[in-house]
Parts: sequence; C-alpha cells; structure tokens
Amino acid sequence: MATALSAKKIETPQNQKSDAVVVRFAGDSGDGMQLTGGQFTLSSALAGNDFATFPDFPAEIRAPVGTLFGVSAFQVNFGSEAINTAGDQPDVLVAMNPAALKTNVGSLREGGLIIADSGEFSKRNLEKAKYGGNPLEDGSLAKWQLLAFDISALTLEAVKPFGLGNKEALRCKNMWTLGLALWMFDRDRQPIVDWLNAKFAKKPELAGSNIAALNAGHAYGETAELSGPLQQIHVGAASVAPGLYRTVTGAESLSYGLVAGAQLAGLKMFFGGYPITPASAILHHLSRLKEYGITTFQAEDEIAAIASAIGASYAGSLGVTSSSGPGIALKGEAMGLAIMTELPLVIINSQRGGPSTGLPTKTEQSDLYQAVYGRNGDAPMPVIAARSPVDCFDCAIEAVRIATQYMTPVMLLTDGYIANAAEPWKLPDLEGYKPFPAVFMAEAQAGGFMPYGRDAKLARPWVKPGTPGLMHRIGGIEKEVDTGHINYSPDNHQAMTDIRSAKVLGVADSIPDQVCESGAAGAKLAVVGWGSTYGPIHQAVKRMRAKGMDVAHVHIRHIWPMPKNMGDLLKSFDKVIVPEMNTGQLKTLLRDQFLVDARPVNKVSGQPFTIAEMESAIEGALT
Amino acid sequence: MNDMTPIKTTMKDWETDQEVRWCPGCGDYAILKAVQRTMPEIGGTPENTVFISGIGCSSRFPYYMETYGFHTIHGRAPAVATGVKLANPELDVWIITGDGDALSIGGNHTMHLLRRNLNCQIMLFNNEIYGLTKGQYSPTSREGTNSPSTPYGSVDRPAAPCAFALGSGARFVARGFDVSKNLTDVLKAAHAHKGAAFIEIFQNCIVYNKDVFDDFAAPKGAEDRQLWLQNGQPMLFGSEKSGGVKGIAMDRDALTLKAVDVADGDWQNAGVIVHDVTNRSIAHMLVEMPFGEFPMALGVLYDDPRPTFEEAVIAQNQAASQGKSADLGKLLAKGQTWTVAPGHPEI
Repeated sequence: MATALSAKKIETPQNQKSDAVVVRFAGDSGDGMQLTGGQFTLSSALAGNDFATFPDFPAEIRAPVGTLFGVSAFQVNFGSEAINTAGDQPDVLVAMNPAALKTNVGSLREGGLIIADSGEFSKRNLEKAKYGGNPLEDGSLAKWQLLAFDISALTLEAVKPFGLGNKEALRCKNMWTLGLALWMFDRDRQPIVDWLNAKFAKKPELAGSNIAALNAGHAYGETAELSGPLQQIHVGAASVAPGLYRTVTGAESLSYGLVAGAQLAGLKMFFGGYPITPASAILHHLSRLKEYGITTFQAEDEIAAIASAIGASYAGSLGVTSSSGPGIALKGEAMGLAIMTELPLVIINSQRGGPSTGLPTKTEQSDLYQAVYGRNGDAPMPVIAARSPVDCFDCAIEAVRIATQYMTPVMLLTDGYIANAAEPWKLPDLEGYKPFPAVFMAEAQAGGFMPYGRDAKLARPWVKPGTPGLMHRIGGIEKEVDTGHINYSPDNHQAMTDIRSAKVLGVADSIPDQVCESGAAGAKLAVVGWGSTYGPIHQAVKRMRAKGMDVAHVHIRHIWPMPKNMGDLLKSFDKVIVPEMNTGQLKTLLRDQFLVDARPVNKVSGQPFTIAEMESAIEGALT
Repeated sequence: MNDMTPIKTTMKDWETDQEVRWCPGCGDYAILKAVQRTMPEIGGTPENTVFISGIGCSSRFPYYMETYGFHTIHGRAPAVATGVKLANPELDVWIITGDGDALSIGGNHTMHLLRRNLNCQIMLFNNEIYGLTKGQYSPTSREGTNSPSTPYGSVDRPAAPCAFALGSGARFVARGFDVSKNLTDVLKAAHAHKGAAFIEIFQNCIVYNKDVFDDFAAPKGAEDRQLWLQNGQPMLFGSEKSGGVKGIAMDRDALTLKAVDVADGDWQNAGVIVHDVTNRSIAHMLVEMPFGEFPMALGVLYDDPRPTFEEAVIAQNQAASQGKSADLGKLLAKGQTWTVAPGHPEI
C-alpha cells in the first residue's frame, strides 16, 4: 500500500514527561535482544505503563554474526495513554552493531535518538552490513540524534572482576544496554536484578557479572546525562482499570484459554502438535500444564497431530491441534474427517507469511480462505479470529464452547504477531465465565440408539467408547441420516450436506450481535477488520473521529458463521473498507455473503499495519 | 483395568447387522471370522473394544464388528488410535490396515506407532495389491507385477512388512494367512502381548491378485513350505511323507540361516534352532528368510514386551501433576504481576 507515513510526532522534551515512547532494541540474533526487550517490557509494566510489543526476529536460529539478515529486533511501545500497537516509528533505537543500525534506522522518527555500540563498528562489521563508510562518523545520520559509545569495552570493564572469558563477558552487553534504558526511563532495577539472580541461581558468577553490567549501564546514564543528547524521560503510569495485572503473549493467553475452556466443558484435554514456527509456543506452554488434565503429544507429523486429536475426541477428551499455514494445509483431509464424523476439535492456526514455507517468522493473515473454504467437499466449519494477545484467552474458550456444544471442528485464527507480542493483561474473573459442560450419551434415545440423531442445535450425540450398549461405527464415508450407517444414496447425501451446513450456520444463534468498536451504524465509513489489525485500526479510527470524521470500526471475531446482524450493519454504512494483511480475503467473504461494496486495503510485507497507514486509508476513503 | 468377571460372549455377539461388502471369495471373510472367533476366547467385551482402520478393502472391517469402530482416512489409523489410547488406555484397540494403507501412504505413522510401542494390535492385511482402487500394484507387490498403473510390470522392489516392523522397533511380530486354521492362535498371542503387536496376514485378493500366495498357502505341499514357529520348539517343517523332515539351522561360517535335513527325528544332531521368541537377532533373520530357498516363516516370530507408550505418558503426567492443583486462577497469577489500585494507577 502506498501510504505516506505521517504519524504524529511524539515529542520527548528532555527530562520531561512523555505520553508514549517507542523503543526498539536491535542487534545480532546472538545479542539477546528479545530477552532485553522482554525485561524492559516488564519494567514498563511494573512502572504502570500500558504497552504493546513487537518481537521481530530472523528465521535463522544463528545467522552468521554481523549480517543484515541476522538482525533481531524487539520494539516496545509504552505510555501513560492507552496503547494498542507496538508503535509506528521508534523514538529510540538501540543498535548493537552496524547491521542492526542499517536495517532499523529507516523507521526511526526524524529527530529520534540512536544509541549505538561504537565498539562493534569495526571495518569488518561495516563491510558485513554493506556500509561504505562508518555512519557514526560520516554525518549520514544527521537527521537523528546520535549517541555512540563503546558499549562492548564498557561492558568488559564492568564485568572484569568476575574473570569471565572475553566471549562470555561480551554476552553481558545486553544487560549493560538494558541498564542504560532503565536509567533513561527512570525505572527500578531491582526486579531485573531479582530475575537475573533467579535465572543464574546455579551460576552466581554469571548472575554477578550480568548485574554488574546492568548497574554499569545505569551508572553510565547518570554520569553522561549532562553532556549530550542522553536525557531521562519520564513516562507516567497509564490510567487503567484497577485489578491484578501481568504481561502475556498470545501463545500464553491462548494456552490458558484452552485450559479454561476444557475446565468449563468439564473435559480432559489432548493436544496433538508438531513443531512449526510460530505455533510451537502453544505446544511448549501446554506441555508444562499436565496437572490441568492435559496430555500433550508431539506427533510424527502434522497429519498425525490432528488425527490423534480426533482419536482423543472420539474417546471423550477435548482434542486440540495447532499449527501454522503449511501445517494446516497438511491437516486438511483430517479436518474433513472431523466434519464428517461430527467430533469436537479445536484447530489453531498461528498464521505466518505464505504461500509454502513463506516467511516463517513474519506475520500475515492470509489463511482466511484456507480456514473458511480450504477443504474438499462442502465442508463447513466455524472459524473465529483473535484480535490481540489478551483476546486469545476468550477466543480459545469460545472455540472450545462451539466445538463441544455443536460437535464440530472449529478453526481458531491467530498470527505470528499476536503469538509473540506481549501486552498487559488484567487477570480475568474466572467465576464470570459460564460453564458449558459436555454431555456424553450414556443410554440410547427413546426409540432406539441413533448415533447421528440430533438435538435442537443439530448436534449429534457424543458417545464414549466403553459405554455399554451403544457400540456403533463412524467414519469418513457419507453417513445415513440418524443411523450413521454407510449410505451413498443421492437423497441422503443431499440431506446430510444440508444438515452439516445448517448445524454450522446455527452457531450464529449462540453468538452476540456484531457491534461497532467505535462509531456507530450509519457512519459514512466503516473500517472492518479481523485479527491482529485491531490495534492500528482502533487507534486510527479514534484519532480520525477526534478530528470529526464520521467513521466506525467494526472488528469481526466470528468469521464463520458471522453474527446475524452483520449484513444489515454493513449495509448501513456509505462506504466499507477492509484493511487486511493479505490481498483481500475478508473483503471477498463480505462481498460474497452480503453483496456489499467492501473495498480492500492490503499490506503483505510481513509487518503489521501502522496507525499512520490506517489513518491515511481512512482519509483516502472519505475524500 | 477393572477387575471384573469376564463377560462370556459368543461369536454371534461380535457380528453386526451390516451387509458385508467384500467380493465373494475374498480372504477378508476368513480373517473376519477368525477375529470374531478370537474375541470370545480372549474374554473381550464389545463395548471396550475399538476397531480403527484406514482406507482400503480391509479397512471396511470395523463396520462388521459389533464393537466401537472408526473407519478413518487413508494411512492415518495408527495416529487416530494413538489419540484414542492416550485418552482412554482401558480400551482394547485393534488397527486394521492394508499394504498400501500401512506401508505406502501411512508408512510414517506405522513406523512411529511401533517405535513408541502403543499397546494395540495392528493387523496388516497384505494382498500385495490396491484392491479398492481396482488393481494397481502396491508397495508389497513383487517386482514385475502387471497392473493398470504398471502395464509393463513394476520395477521397484517390494517392502517387507515384518522387516519394516522389526526395524521400526516392534516388540511383537507375527505372520499368518487368511484361511489358516492357526490364525486365531496368532491373534490370541498378539492380544496377550502388552504393547504394539504387529501381525502381517497374507490375504488373497481373488479379483486383482488371485492366489498370489499359493506357493506357500495352498494346502498341497503346505508342510514343506510353511514353517510354523512355536516358542521353545525346534524350527521344523516338512514330513517323512513329503520327502523328509527339515529344520532351520545356523550356518556359523556364513552367519546366516540354512535349511538342513533331519534324520530319524534327531533335530539336535542336525543343529536345528529352538525358537526363542525373545531372540531379536533370530527374528531379524526369520523376517528376511527368502521364500523358495526356505519355507515361509509363520506364527509368532518375535515377542519380547517392553513398557508401553501410554503407560509412560500416564506415569509422566501423574508424576508431573504430583502435589499440584488444577487452579487456573493461580496459574494465571504466576510470575510477575502488579496491582492497579482503584483511582490510583500505581505499582
């Protein structure tokens, strides 16, 4: 999308207060930037800021040191106002080497601060980053403030008493940098010190050296304050709802949501997974939660992962499987089996850039067609999409509810951005969730056992093997209405196809009407989104409404079936635009379902939308 | 397992009301009868028994057993069975599969199920052909098999199911054939084995691969061509009537098996090996024993149980849960948290 980046400049007057600041830590993938960013985020949380993060790391585990493609970055946006995105443009860029500077400086706002480790700007590293000269010295960074000093040497000096080897000593650089950042934003060091002591409990020399580096970075800030662009910035606590908070990533919150869903359904959970980026984190989290009645199974492949989950559901557990696009493609046939045998199943797709292997560590939402349409035969399946890390919790519960109440597989869409990003989470009141206990048939219906008999929701009975008197056979071959026997006859196939479709469409009876996040029905323009575009759309619509524009934000959780009022709501707007990190998939669905003139706004760069891009799209649509 | 008095069933209790849809004369009928005959003898209960199949002629099997049954998708029965067994280890799980289902499209799952040692029975109906798709050659078809997809004969060498199973780490490997009267004994031994029990059953596809196993399965000359293995018994075949009793001995120079003549019943003197079902090295030799030069090794080739997958999973689940509660609220509040007080957004 051709969008002028015109985000509002966040002024950071020296030693004064700021509403929100965006900091990006960038370094080599071995420099520990994700860890640094994570700990800095935690300190923001403890300082009461609202925040959002964006970890951006390479697909290579250990790319060659110093290369452009080996750069790993972590961006955090924190503020005293409500934060919905990781921020359009960093105000501060910490660049641990030339490659990190080169790949990240372009997005730094004009006048923003660069903190660079000059010790890493050697001839060799400059060459690796394809710099002709040294940017720290040649004036090419003039439109930004530059603070370059030898962090490597300062770190080595700080950790000298611990007698580490050169390599190990340099590993403490990230803590030195974190110490400086903590000073810059007036943060308490103690939680990080506690964390380091716990992390290196068995290696006190590493705990000591990292803490020494942290303290040295902090002290450097204090002493250097008077002589340059380095100034302390105070970001006040955000005005947020009272309660107990923690930080949570999408993968964590989704895992907890599955646990909650299984508990609300009164079921044990079976999770079949196969390692794939960026979905593996869910497998990792659930593997540690065995006391919650969870069995995790790392299968031999994606197909076995879903097939084993189907087997577990058949045997009376809540079957769950998770993957990312390519793995979801492999699971397609088995999804059809779950649809045909009408067994509950939750399928999670942590979307990434595609097609094929695509961009494993980058985000995209281009699997919507795959979720809604991507199976052989008329194979309807409910699809829901999470909008943020925190939202994954409720969406996972909702997926479990639909799967178990309607005896159907359900696809839950999230993406690489949501899975890895962290945000503060006001812990939910678990008492507030209404249980939806699963019911197993223990004896035949009046008039004889009908494995494919239906309740009012058109769900068939769930019968656990081991139940006396209810032996029956299921499978992927077309089932006869009621009896479930094999039946290929034309009338029966028509009837069963209609039943499967009606059952899934009937899920709409149990979901809330679509509301506007902001603005109202009848607005001149609706920005309709789904998934992780929530943050930038929400902020952009808020800002445009503040400017007096008549724009509404509609964010869709239930992708299939959609809320019953969706058609009427969409038709109430003069114009509808649909921003998506794909080439227009929800747009197609909306046009198909409701004959509305939904216009696409697309971006497939592997990066989330910025607020500025959304604002410009809104302006464009309204003029 | 619950300690309940085994419910007595008859063969009839295991038959469904469904019309059996295999071709008349198909070897599957005999196998179905053998299984239905076996179930009462092993004291099975229909409601605790699950037959899980993939796709292919043999995979219709569950529809004809009055038990729980799941006719899944091509090649994936072992994966579905793994989920079933992990969710409810009390169930008696039987996997029904074929040569294409288990060794071609589902080879990966078969391998991993055997490696993990899931406690179940895997009956591989080997007819050396794709029957349901009308006669293409299969991964076990012999070289040169003429079929619709290989009109000039197949050029690839066949897989050896039992060797594959052993190589995958199976702890029970047996062989039988559809019309053999010994098949129920083989099935009983498989069921008695705790862990994955792999049974290759040669099955005659009378339409697309008729009588392909006659060279050893035909009644005439059977005693010369079939070596029925029995634990603790010498490996003998043939008879005085048929041209002499023979046995399997070890060629200690070539480190291979050899067939030897047994004179006057003195098999010890002839060096005939006594079958030890726990001897993995001999098992490897038996599954590789080339038919023709040797008889077909049948019965229980190998049986040496090890702890099962589901036992290990359950034990770990229990150990990891020891002394922990399933309090979700506590889990969510674990780690670093902060409280925002009403009206005063502070740490």
